[in-house]
Amino acid sequence: MATLTLGEAVGRQYDYWWTVYKRTWKASVVSSFVSPIFYVLAMGVLLGGFIAGDPDQLEGATSYLAFVVPGLVAAHAMQTAVSETTYPVMGMIKWQKIYDSMVATPLRIRDIVAAHLLFVLFRLATTCAVFMLALAPFGVFETWWGPLLAFLSQVLCGMAFASLVYGWSARLRSEAGFGVLFRLGIFPLFLFSGAFFPIANLGEAGAWAARLTPLWHGVNLSRMFCVDNVDWPLALVNTAVLVALLVVGWSWSVTGLTKRLVS
Amino acid sequence: MSTVTPLGPFQALQVLVLRNYITYRTEWKLFLTGFLEPVFYLFSIGIGVGQLVEGFEFNGEPISYAAFVAPGMLAVSAFNGALMDSTFNVFFKLKYDKLYDQMLATPLTTADIARGEITWGQLRGASYSAAFLLVMWAMGLIGSWWALLALPAALLIGFAFSAVCMALTTWMKSWQDFDKITLAQLPMFLFSATFFPLTVFPTWLQWVVEVTPLYRGVVLCRELTTGSITWASGVSVVYLVVMGLVGLAVVRRRLDSLLLT
Repeated sequence: MATLTLGEAVGRQYDYWWTVYKRTWKASVVSSFVSPIFYVLAMGVLLGGFIAGDPDQLEGATSYLAFVVPGLVAAHAMQTAVSETTYPVMGMIKWQKIYDSMVATPLRIRDIVAAHLLFVLFRLATTCAVFMLALAPFGVFETWWGPLLAFLSQVLCGMAFASLVYGWSARLRSEAGFGVLFRLGIFPLFLFSGAFFPIANLGEAGAWAARLTPLWHGVNLSRMFCVDNVDWPLALVNTAVLVALLVVGWSWSVTGLTKRLVS
Repeated sequence: MSTVTPLGPFQALQVLVLRNYITYRTEWKLFLTGFLEPVFYLFSIGIGVGQLVEGFEFNGEPISYAAFVAPGMLAVSAFNGALMDSTFNVFFKLKYDKLYDQMLATPLTTADIARGEITWGQLRGASYSAAFLLVMWAMGLIGSWWALLALPAALLIGFAFSAVCMALTTWMKSWQDFDKITLAQLPMFLFSATFFPLTVFPTWLQWVVEVTPLYRGVVLCRELTTGSITWASGVSVVYLVVMGLVGLAVVRRRLDSLLLT
């Protein structure tokens, strides 16, 4: 039997994912673009009007808007990644059984996972790019290159979540687990990983707990680049953590889906 | 031959609430975690962001940021709970489960169904609101005995939104229509003086916000937990009661035309 390289195998799934995107992008407009802008207006612009722009208190940002925006985009990348790798993955395994038909072709499990995660990468890149471009007129970016690096770190942060959650969804039997993940995992991360306020406000222990969460690494990278207050060794640590999570998540996803579909 | 006596409205209500209780019993994790949501918001925004904000004035009195946000979260929690229960859940039961069709094959009427669904949502909401008020009390965010009335106030918010949203759900055709709910829900949540006072808006926009229902609920809860009751509080109460009753009447007529014709 002819074997395909990873690149060829992923390429063969291009039509499928492009069709999925064409049929679903409209439904994602509200959650991807409209909701985040509402948050920026309410929290950044309006609530920010009551907050003094003290760089010592705001991790180097000169206004609350400049502080909150980079964190919000990173947190939004997490939410987009999670929503693309929970119900959709379970649907492909359990309800629509699309993965079953895919493994009946020369595609292997790693090809299927790679194509699905590339689709998530595409969704993350477009969502974060539009979000960052929409923010440019607010004057919150300090340099031209910072936002570019921030954008890459947001996408990396999203991909780390996507691969980890994918591995978990591939093993999950009932969708009831998602509700618990959202409420006990994603939602507290969204609120306490430094997106809305400096983690120093959580106290010594709280700040360390926040540093252990994956989202904080993404939020911190994104903010350091946007407000041009980069601590390079720390940036290296943040990047290393996210890359490590991505690698672990990838192999966890492949073994998870293999167990579920093949053996 | 035996004859079937129709159920009275109260008996019908009992049957429907019991039915929902039995199906919901296995979802206790979702029930418990639902309570955490507003508490997380309170800790994050009230305490975390609160350290950056000086505090506000409310009805002429200075108030800490956490004490300002907490009653807003109470109202929002009642609002969100009502919205979820009366849109997604009702739509699923109406369209996929065909649950209401089955119920109408029994001696239940459409009015019974409307009242039963809303009452069930209210029981759940009441337990969340009561727990949240206890958290507020433990954190020292309650300034008056009027706060005891914040529980019925939260129920009133839940009732008004449940009735209206259930009515709106009867017009929905597909899951995509729920985007429109999100489009209304999110601005209300963020701009109804929940996180900052109305003074940030220009005067004409303040007027617009003041006539929206969630704003009435937020202000009512805030007036009760801080003890600064005014005549305007009565306006909020009447507003929400009327909204709920109108919604209920519409639901009943819509269910009649959807299911009985």
